[in-house]
Parts: sequence; structure tokens; C-alpha cells
Amino acid sequence: MLTDPAALQTGLDLFPNGISRYAIGGIFVGLGAVVIYVATGISAGASTFLESTLSYVSGQSRFQRYVASRDWRLVFTFGIVAGAAVYALAFQDGGWGAYTTDVDAWRLLLGGVLVGVGTRIGKGCTSGHGVCGVGSASRTSLVGVATFLLVAIGTAQLVAALGVTP
Amino acid sequence: MSNTDRHPLFIPVILVGGLIFGFGLGYSHMARPEVVLNFLQFEDFGLVFVMFGGAAVTGVAYAVAPRLLDSAPLTGDDFERRLKSFDRNVVVGGAIFGAGWGLSGICPGAAYASFGIGNVTILWALAGMFIGAYAQGVWRSRTHDADPATAGAD
Repeated sequence: MLTDPAALQTGLDLFPNGISRYAIGGIFVGLGAVVIYVATGISAGASTFLESTLSYVSGQSRFQRYVASRDWRLVFTFGIVAGAAVYALAFQDGGWGAYTTDVDAWRLLLGGVLVGVGTRIGKGCTSGHGVCGVGSASRTSLVGVATFLLVAIGTAQLVAALGVTP
Repeated sequence: MSNTDRHPLFIPVILVGGLIFGFGLGYSHMARPEVVLNFLQFEDFGLVFVMFGGAAVTGVAYAVAPRLLDSAPLTGDDFERRLKSFDRNVVVGGAIFGAGWGLSGICPGAAYASFGIGNVTILWALAGMFIGAYAQGVWRSRTHDADPATAGAD
């Protein structure tokens, strides 16, 4: 029996850019979290930085719980920025700064506001819930990931159906 | 733990961890909102390998580290899994985050990395994230301060 070429093509189209960049990148993301966890016992997440950094400039009581961790969270985020810069300098086509997004500014700004509210109320983002929480087999994180994935898929499909591209 | 009690390698290890983490976000193209939107629109499922690849690596560490070591060498803290209490906020916040992620194609860690690769346009998203985090902080500070019974609940 020959495999139906059309079906094979459909299978390949699930990953039009291959999987190696995603799998290798994901392993590095996990390794970064593991280095911190094994050395310090801390499960690092990216979104807490937003509130911990606001504690430098705001006296709101909500942010005060992050005063003790705000300095290392600043270092963690600086590391993320610098690590991505190393990637761009070494591997990105055209080098550092060769890519800028074509997604509309209003989508980035409004989406960013919702991300800022939602990650903090929902106790985590794609790194805290998605990488560390799922790695911990946390039921809370599995529910969190399922919720934000499904809503994000629905939102992105709706926006695309309304003809907003990119 | 006060800052002066910290192991001298604490901050350097955080920096190295962040560097590896950010390199991975750049390499995986998660720093590009278009790639995330392509996933959410079912045009490229590669993101699954990023999130679950990362979770598989951390999963090994969460399982193995407590068996090999009594406590974390730089802090003396116990190795605990990342377990947060479940309540309505997880679903409500997750849905709000999902709407924002689906609209913009960017999440916090990827936004920091996107700035790192020189995508200055992402500053719109970063500004939005700080505005959103500030708004919920003001609102929760008021509701918690007004009702002592909920203070400290998270």
C-alpha cells in the first residue's frame, strides 16, 4: 500500500517551519528554568517581574509582597533580554534588529493590557504555569494553561475572521 | 532571606538562567508575535514543542533534584514543585490572559526576549503589560485593604 501523498502533505503542513527550532528552543527555555531551580529552589516565572518592578515606583499595598524578590527578578528579566540578543547576534537572519513585528500597535498595546491583568490575577503566564507548573504536574497550572490556550485560540481565530492581519 | 545573607553566586546564577531562558525564547521564534498567532490559527503547531519541551525538561528537574540533594545549594531552601492553590481567579485570570495573548501574540517572557532581539515595536506590548499589572494591583490593593479577611490571600 502506498501512502496517500495528499495525507502526507497535510501532516507536513502542521509544521511548515519544521520542529527543530521549536524543540531546541523549548529545551533551552526549560534548561534556563532548571539552572535557577536546582541552584536556588525557585520556580521562576516571567510575569511576576511586572508587579515586582512596579514596587520600585508605587506604594500600592499589592506590590509590597514582591519587594524582597524584585532585585533578582530584574536580573532574571535582564538575562532574558540579553540571552535573546545573543541569539539574534549569532543566529537571526540579518542579525540583531533585522526583524520587527508587523502586528498592529493597537493589538500589542490592548493585548498587553489584558496580558498584564490576566497573568497576575490568574497566578501565572506561559512560563510560570506553562513550563514550571506543567513540569510540576500542578492541576492548577494545567487548568490555567487549558483556559488561556482555548481562549487565545478563539480570540486569534475571531480576529483573523474579522479580517485583521497581521 | 535578606539580601546580605545571599550566597555570592545567587545573582550570577539567576543571570545565567535568564540568559539561557531568553536565548531559547529567541531561538524558538516565540519572540515573534506572528509565529504565536500562526499557532493559534492552526497554521504552525511548533509552539507545542516549545511549551511542552520546556515542561519536559523542568519536569525531570522537579522529579530528580529533591532525590539527589537535601536542599537547594545556594539558598538552603527545600525543593518544592510549583503548586499554586486553585480558585476562581485561575480561570478568570487565565481567560483574560488568553484574550490578550490571542489578540497580540505575545506573553511576558517572550516580550522581554522580543525587545532583546531588537524588535522595538514590542514596547507597545510591554507598556500595555505594565499598565494592566498596575491596574489590577490598584484594584486588588483597594479590595484587600478594605477587607482585612482577604489580606494575604493569594
